[in-house]
Amino acid sequence: MLKKLAKCVREYKGTAILTLLLMVGEAIIETLIPFVTATFLINKIQEQGKNLDMGYILAVGGVLVLMAVVSLTCGGLAGFTSARASAGFAKNLRHDIFAKIQSFSFGNIDKFSSASLVTRITTDVQNVRMAFMMIIRTAVRSPLMLILSIAMSAFMGGWLAVTFVVVIPVLGGGLWLVSKKAMPAFRRVFKKYDRLNESIEENVRGMRVVKGFSREDYEKEKFAGAADSICEDFTRAERIVALNTPLMNFCMYFNMTVVLLLGSFMAINGIKGVQIGHISALLTYGMSILMSLMMLSMIYVMLTMSAQAAKRICEVLDEVPDMSEVENPITEVKDGSIDFENVNFKYSAQAQKFALFDIDLHIDSGMTVGIIGGTGSSKSTLVQLIPRLYDVTEGAVKVGGVDVRDYSIESLRNSVAVVLQKNLLFAGSIKDNLRWGNPDATDEQMEEACRLAQADEFVRSFPDGYDSMIEQGGTNVSGGQKQRLCIARALLKRPKILILDDSTSAVDTKTDAFIRAGFKSYIPETTKIIIAQRISSVQDADLILVMENGKIADRGTHEELLKTSEIYREVWEQQTNGGDQNEAV
Amino acid sequence: MKQFNPSAAHKGANQYSMMRPPKRKLNVGMLKRLFKMLFDFYPVLLPVSIVCIIFCAVTSAIPAIFLKEVTNAITYAWENSVAWDAAKHDIIPKVGVLLGFYVVSIIAITLETQLMAGITQSFLSKMRKALFAKMQNLPIKYFDTNKHGDIMSRYTNDIDTLRQLVGQSLPTLIRASVIVISVFFIMLYYSLYLTLILLLGVVLMVTVTKFFGGNSAHFFIRLQKSQGKQEGFVQEMMNGQKVVKVFCHEETSQADFDEINNELFEVGYRAHASANMLGPIIMNIGNVLYVILAMVGCLFLVGDIPNLGIQSLFTGLVAIDAGIIVSFLSMAKQFTGNINQVSQQINSVVMAMAGAERVFTLMDAEPEVDDGYVTLVDAEILADGTIREVDHHTGEWAWKHPHSDGTVTYQHLRGDVRMTDVDFAYEEGKPVLHDVSVFAEPGQKVAFVGATGAGKTTITNLINRFYDIADGKIRYDGININKIKKSDLRRSLGIVLQETNLFTGTVIDNIRYGKLDATDEECMEAAKLAGAHDFITRLPEGYQTELTNNGANLSQGQRQLIAIARAAVADPPVMILDEATSSIDTRTEAIVQKGMDALMKGRTVFVIAHRLSTVRNSDVIMVLDHGRIIERGNHEKLIAEKGQYYQLYKGVFELE
Repeated sequence: MLKKLAKCVREYKGTAILTLLLMVGEAIIETLIPFVTATFLINKIQEQGKNLDMGYILAVGGVLVLMAVVSLTCGGLAGFTSARASAGFAKNLRHDIFAKIQSFSFGNIDKFSSASLVTRITTDVQNVRMAFMMIIRTAVRSPLMLILSIAMSAFMGGWLAVTFVVVIPVLGGGLWLVSKKAMPAFRRVFKKYDRLNESIEENVRGMRVVKGFSREDYEKEKFAGAADSICEDFTRAERIVALNTPLMNFCMYFNMTVVLLLGSFMAINGIKGVQIGHISALLTYGMSILMSLMMLSMIYVMLTMSAQAAKRICEVLDEVPDMSEVENPITEVKDGSIDFENVNFKYSAQAQKFALFDIDLHIDSGMTVGIIGGTGSSKSTLVQLIPRLYDVTEGAVKVGGVDVRDYSIESLRNSVAVVLQKNLLFAGSIKDNLRWGNPDATDEQMEEACRLAQADEFVRSFPDGYDSMIEQGGTNVSGGQKQRLCIARALLKRPKILILDDSTSAVDTKTDAFIRAGFKSYIPETTKIIIAQRISSVQDADLILVMENGKIADRGTHEELLKTSEIYREVWEQQTNGGDQNEAV
Repeated sequence: MKQFNPSAAHKGANQYSMMRPPKRKLNVGMLKRLFKMLFDFYPVLLPVSIVCIIFCAVTSAIPAIFLKEVTNAITYAWENSVAWDAAKHDIIPKVGVLLGFYVVSIIAITLETQLMAGITQSFLSKMRKALFAKMQNLPIKYFDTNKHGDIMSRYTNDIDTLRQLVGQSLPTLIRASVIVISVFFIMLYYSLYLTLILLLGVVLMVTVTKFFGGNSAHFFIRLQKSQGKQEGFVQEMMNGQKVVKVFCHEETSQADFDEINNELFEVGYRAHASANMLGPIIMNIGNVLYVILAMVGCLFLVGDIPNLGIQSLFTGLVAIDAGIIVSFLSMAKQFTGNINQVSQQINSVVMAMAGAERVFTLMDAEPEVDDGYVTLVDAEILADGTIREVDHHTGEWAWKHPHSDGTVTYQHLRGDVRMTDVDFAYEEGKPVLHDVSVFAEPGQKVAFVGATGAGKTTITNLINRFYDIADGKIRYDGININKIKKSDLRRSLGIVLQETNLFTGTVIDNIRYGKLDATDEECMEAAKLAGAHDFITRLPEGYQTELTNNGANLSQGQRQLIAIARAAVADPPVMILDEATSSIDTRTEAIVQKGMDALMKGRTVFVIAHRLSTVRNSDVIMVLDHGRIIERGNHEKLIAEKGQYYQLYKGVFELE
């Protein structure tokens, strides 16, 4: 997992390594400053007292100030480079995730909810970025500081450093134990906490239901119970972590007492040349050692916490796109004829039921085909096999006489335009949206497509006409208008096959009829497949398919089906009962 | 001591929203209110913790004194060749006293950290509960006019800033200020000159902090913006990923994404760089200061320059000694370290203040007023037609109407709803309804049709008093609905909305939401009535199937069926169906129609529907246009009139 993520550092590798070097520099100088101060300043004073040469003091002081300035430069620069490297790493990571998602097939997309993909690109990458920054800033620095400080203490203090033999294992072991105990507790409570927030969100969203049923008190009680239980869990976990502070203080105080007592004993007795400077330096190194240990435990916690995020990111990066092109694919779609040959289909290998079963179908180029059927009858599934949004499980789908798997995906989809049921416009002008169908479309072409889709009129009524802005999610156009723009967008592809998946449900029957009449006279060679709820939308089709439970239950023209298909007749009667819908068409 | 807190690491994505533009002015009133709450909640524990903090702070300031004493003892022994045996009588008691302080201090700090961990969490929990309880009492208007994400962020981001404040900033600030003050006085006592040098350094640090802090705040504001932009883009693209595939638009959207991604990088690294650089720079200014102090101290010592400090009052002007220098150095570290800690807390204090302000704004929001006094009670109708209140379900209900003279009358709940000349506006000056009069007799089915924005849903919002009318009257069984207690009024109305909201839990729990004490059989009965039973039994776990994320594993039509069952189990005399079957396909609707008819039987029903086949069999159909009822009558009558309804029916207009 780490290897996979590390690959995304790419061009920021140099910056990251520079950060490490700068941190090493800072650590070394920071360890040297107390050493120089103690050895060349304080000990000299103790030895020579007032006879010390002023020039000497100034010289040593100058060197020390210089060291501090170098350390400042290293630290400051590292702050900059670490931010740059980690932000760059995050940028690459986001790029890679997004690119991976672009390579997903419909099957891959179905596996992830769109909300979870958004979280991975935003929140999870942020968490990993923070961990990465922490690592390059401290993962080398802290252990190095630890080792250098121990070395310096041993070198300078000699026997005095014996105190660390006690302190380091106590603190290290203690910190390790605390993290070990606290982490699972935190992980559990965070899950609970996320659920609590989800339930708040549910309440905010469903406030009309809560109030409609007068369930305010019930909700309060439920929430209070959940909040109390989380409070308990949180307190338990936090109390474990809170032990770190007294533990740290104990070690610090122990260290101080031992150094003072043992130090003065050794200094006065002249043992091993211990001097005041050594004592003062040891106190400083003691702090460094303890702080480094603390940092190491922080890194450990941080890494465990971001491991979850890293795992979720890798799930996306590791997903294998389940659709590939053959070598030397065909790039020319001859005509708009469609064949389904003994097609069986299920969405995943594990699914027990086939979503489509035993489909055999031939559609001539230029035909208009209507499909009706209840929810869950697999109407949409059937048409999605034509532009190869999914691959058949068994059998074959052919377009223009060629198996769809032998085409290059791009040329197939450019010839087969689908207006999806759950269709979307994107933030941008109407023209921007139309150009999705054809990036080089001229204004005339766009207007023509809109006229055909019965959208031209209302687009012109907007203050900015074709340059009017569509808001995110297309919220500023009505459902019917959106559907017509989506149809126009698909028409701009000049497809050989046009599929409308319940794309005129919000359009009134009259406009709907105009659209279909336009198709007939302007794009007669294009094969048109129309999925609809309203029979009036399909009744003049050359062929109507009645789908039920993943099978084509009946097929024929309107007149034939009224005679032969019970389901069709039932729907027809239900929709025309009491009013003659033909009149409107 | 800077404590690492895993809770802080969990914030993740919220970190930027917390970096809201820091407000310059500190809202003292807000802080006062917060502290008053804290002290009210924990009148003993909090003061105990604070005393512990202060004690520990003083304890960590005093070793400097002992360090000086011990140093001088060593120097003295060194210079005068005193043996350890003699010197130990001087040194050991001093270290002993220090040790005593330490032992007490460790006990105090253990007590304090344990107490504060509990206080912080329980305070947050109390705030969360208070916030949630308050939220339940807010009028629907609040939820219609405030973004949901905004309300949510009070719970996530804003309360989290309080955790930071109470759990970390507060103890740190107390500790650091006590240490800084004590150390400052000890330093003044020893040497005025050296203290002045230190103060100069502190001024430099404050200036640097201001510069970098301002710089990083500026970039963080921009970062937040571009973060939001990216999130919006990603959200749109992830939702439309299938459209992207269908149009082979992958490369273009990748290019668009990369552009935004680059912008985020440019702003992001600058923001973090400013924040990152501050720490090392402050720390190293501390180092420079340390060196200068050592140097100047030595110069004073060698130059035999008379030292000036408070102690000079007792000792007269004497030269500086090595002990002072050594202890000064360690104090300087402590001093600058704590100043650094204070500077790091200021940001979070300011953010907590902004968070607290937003939390309190919600808590202070105007709650939904309810001065109704007529209540709904279970009733028994006696043979002579009089009504008696009982304490168990009888299937009959009555309005209990207390009068000013102390008497109580009961009125049978029938479901007669009359609106007379109602005017209403969500915003002043923008009337939504004009002169609307609707009479619904018990058992009648009243339908509303009209374009989006014609005011259909508004009418139902008024009947259950989600909003109050501006002018006119609404009477329920002859009682002005303003006199009815809101919760009882709503209990008597079942609503099913177009946008179904289900709650996390099992299917049967969701149905039971309509009537909390309903048995499993009752819930299933209701599901059968709503036509939901069939598909529920086909779910993997049947009625025990867990629904999450607003029933994401169900189709919209299935969610609507469950919502209808939920309303059915409540068995209300009046039902409001607002586009309740809009997502059920016509064939399925025809199948559930029988159930729906059974459900509506004997109830007053208000139906809003887009699909005319749904409203065709209503007793009265109201055609609304721009807040006015322009046609009314049953289907046959309206068709015969050949007016708007006829046109709609013929599909000349779009209904969306």
